[in-house]
Amino acid sequence: MTTTDVTIDSPRSPHARTRRGINLEKWGWLYMRISGVFLVALIFGHLLVNLVLGEGVSQIDFGFVAGKLADPFWQWYDFFLLWLALIHGANGMRTIINDYVAKPQVRRILHGALLASTGVLLALGTLVIFTFDPCPAGADPALIASFCGDL
Amino acid sequence: MPAKATGAGVDSSPATIDVPRPRRSVIPGGTLYRGNEGMWSWVLHRITGVAIYFFLLVHILDTALVRVSPEAYNVVIGAYKTPIMGLGELALVGAIGFHALNGLRIILVDFWGVGTRHQKTMFYVVLGVWLVLMIGFTPRHLMHVFGG
Repeated sequence: MTTTDVTIDSPRSPHARTRRGINLEKWGWLYMRISGVFLVALIFGHLLVNLVLGEGVSQIDFGFVAGKLADPFWQWYDFFLLWLALIHGANGMRTIINDYVAKPQVRRILHGALLASTGVLLALGTLVIFTFDPCPAGADPALIASFCGDL
Repeated sequence: MPAKATGAGVDSSPATIDVPRPRRSVIPGGTLYRGNEGMWSWVLHRITGVAIYFFLLVHILDTALVRVSPEAYNVVIGAYKTPIMGLGELALVGAIGFHALNGLRIILVDFWGVGTRHQKTMFYVVLGVWLVLMIGFTPRHLMHVFGG
């Protein structure tokens, strides 16, 4: 006759952590709050400069954007705006997918599409911000920033 | 042979216990989440969040056109200056304003010791500050769009 050892925890034994490593959901939760505070300030400034001050939305054209992106301050401003906002938005959409999509297969597809579109847009936006030429060669002088003529 | 579960085995007839009907005032209707400020702030936060997200996708792409050519950018950004899009921008700024202020409220609920107790009050503060900001922004933006 053989005996098997069965270990049964005492009913009063303390709770044991079963999952090890980084708690990604916790960091995602914290990211929404920390990035949220920065985004309130960054987007308030973005809207103030682009829609309220000066001529508002009617002033926005290539020359206006070129004038901003020629300045490293606005390059880094837009860089942080892009990364903080898009990851904040994508993480929010991830939460919504988890809330409403019950089928694991559909959820996997949507998570994949979300991750891919986020990666592509982050790469594209970053590339545009830092490889942008405010005075493109051969451009119509009437359309580009006023300071281009001095170069 | 499986035994039937019959209480203590003394009497198998079902016992009837008089349970007092809960008094109306005891039902904690006031603490129900559904239908109150907490629910509506959540609903609005979610709807505005999704709307802002999809605008952000389009906005990154339209701004990326500055890398293509001045003409391409100006044509697309011209669409933002039409009256209908001007009203759309008003709705967008309204959505961003609510999402931002309610987001700060959520942070206070989560991190401020007495935040949960004041969540209702803070929701009305959010609506009040939002209204003030929109009263300031709306005429200015409409003047830019309609050339007043």
